[in-house]
Amino acid sequence: MRVEVKLDAKGKGYRQLNSEVRQALEAGATQILLDGVNGHYYLGAGLRGNQRLVVNGTPGNDTACYLDGPEMVIYGNAQDGLGNTMNNGRVIVHGGAGDVLGYGMRGGELFIRDSIGYRGGIHMKEFKEKCPVIVIGKSAGSFLGEYMAGGRIVLLGLDSPEGQIIGRHCGSGMHGGCMYIRDTVDRDLLSPDIMNVPLSKSDEAFIRMCVSRYGEYFGLAVEQLPAGSFLKLVPRGNRPYARLYAGV
Amino acid sequence: MEKEGRVRIPSGCAVAGIVNLQGEVFGAGDIIQSIACMHDRSNGLGGGFAGYGIYPELKDYYALHLFYQSPLAREQTEAFINQVFTVKDCGPIPIKKNPRITDVPGIWRYFALPDPARLEECSDTEEEYVMKCVMQINRNIPGAFVASGGKNMGAFKAVGYPEDVADFYRLEDYRGYLWMAHGRFPTNTPGWWGGAHPFTLLDWAVVHNGEISSYGANRRYLEMHGYHCGLQTDTEAITYLFDLLIRKHRLPVRVALGILAAPFWDEIEQMEESAKRTWKAIRAVYGSALLNGPFSIIIGSSHGMIAMNDRIKLRPLVAAEEGDYVYVASEESAIRAICPNPERVWAPRGGEPVFGLLKNKEVSIADSPVVARAV
Repeated sequence: MRVEVKLDAKGKGYRQLNSEVRQALEAGATQILLDGVNGHYYLGAGLRGNQRLVVNGTPGNDTACYLDGPEMVIYGNAQDGLGNTMNNGRVIVHGGAGDVLGYGMRGGELFIRDSIGYRGGIHMKEFKEKCPVIVIGKSAGSFLGEYMAGGRIVLLGLDSPEGQIIGRHCGSGMHGGCMYIRDTVDRDLLSPDIMNVPLSKSDEAFIRMCVSRYGEYFGLAVEQLPAGSFLKLVPRGNRPYARLYAGV
Repeated sequence: MEKEGRVRIPSGCAVAGIVNLQGEVFGAGDIIQSIACMHDRSNGLGGGFAGYGIYPELKDYYALHLFYQSPLAREQTEAFINQVFTVKDCGPIPIKKNPRITDVPGIWRYFALPDPARLEECSDTEEEYVMKCVMQINRNIPGAFVASGGKNMGAFKAVGYPEDVADFYRLEDYRGYLWMAHGRFPTNTPGWWGGAHPFTLLDWAVVHNGEISSYGANRRYLEMHGYHCGLQTDTEAITYLFDLLIRKHRLPVRVALGILAAPFWDEIEQMEESAKRTWKAIRAVYGSALLNGPFSIIIGSSHGMIAMNDRIKLRPLVAAEEGDYVYVASEESAIRAICPNPERVWAPRGGEPVFGLLKNKEVSIADSPVVARAV
């Protein structure tokens, strides 16, 4: 049974708003609509289950942190730390996101319509069947995939008039996982810690799946989506700093 | 009360700024609301504001804002001020009691000009003269601290949350064309009134979120050029560096910013030959003015507002434009709290300055040699 609850965030602090969300879920809500959100931290923090949260506005830092199952749809830009240490579930952002997107993320999916800030996917990781996925529509700031230990990042590079869809030091310290980046990028921007390898059939199928779901979530027709080739960037080794402090 | 440098408190901060590019004045309500939106970024150990254009009736006088920890400090300072300045007007800065603002010092202001005979005697420019007087008060009179001393501007700061500080100083009674604010979460040093942001010198005011690990090198460099860094705090050093590079060395503003957040050597290597030579020279000459470590700063002056991050963006900064207004803040929500749908919202890249410089001729940076030589 579908039970929808509406909450108005205006004039409320984030503690109160988060507690109202938890109370509504405990009372059996399956979908919560949050209006007037502006800067409220930790929305969706640690929530478990298969409910849906729809956020209108600009949610605060660390939205969807420790999220463990629910789907969050955000109509607006997300700030820093979206999906911090997220474990399961999905966040769909009709806008952009700030720095340290998906920090230490260990499961679930982030779909970002526009661009993201610095250090997207920093230290995300995977274990057995848990493999987090970040799909970004436009461009990413410097240090994309920094210290990445697992998971998948897909960067589509739509609408990027300046050509460069990543910043400097992409994949710096990366030692696990994989980034699929639309091939428009200057190789100097890639960290020496990573290398480009050919796409396998299953890579191509995975990218196609992500692209088509991106189109579905954001209402874009197939011809508006990238058809060009992608780089597959993987770490050169699993210990990028093995020799950093070594004697030789 | 423990002073700066005696205690280390590990910990973020909030910064916000608004400027009207036409130089039209507006109330402090927006900046208060913007910084209050980020309440939890600070911890009540420091809040402050700077406003430009707030003293139109006395705009040609240096407005000295003073903190006094004792009647003796005031007595000594006023004797000094009367000696070196001609005071046009003075009095306590109007405040109202706020239960959350305690240990209130004496808070006075003086509208003054350098004593003509004394200024004539020394070979300093008027600004240099005022700067030296301010540094003498801060250095030599125990219990006295100059919070700001520029023309037609003022800093209002205290130990407390920014919204309480605004209430305490009756900030709603002022109107300015540029407002900046800070909510402090002190790192390394305890919260005290003088240590709250903004830090100021002459026309400059700086608010800062971050930590400058090059502080020692910057301080030694500044001391060679006659600046006394007495507060043990990195933001003070940033303020003086700006004064040195732009007011004293008359460097183009983009060059000054490129000194504080210099291009990396590998980026310089990729530049075309003439730019490569220029930036190599700049880095060689001004290496000691490089700010290392995480920061987002807002620099206010009568020219307008500039905001910038460290080169690899270790602190947050968001900017927006709407009509004649430019906004910057640590969080997008702090801008949307007062301007729900700006025409443009963006996150500047590391080391990429956001300019909110006034277009108004009378006060525009365009009339100064600073921009005439800009790169």
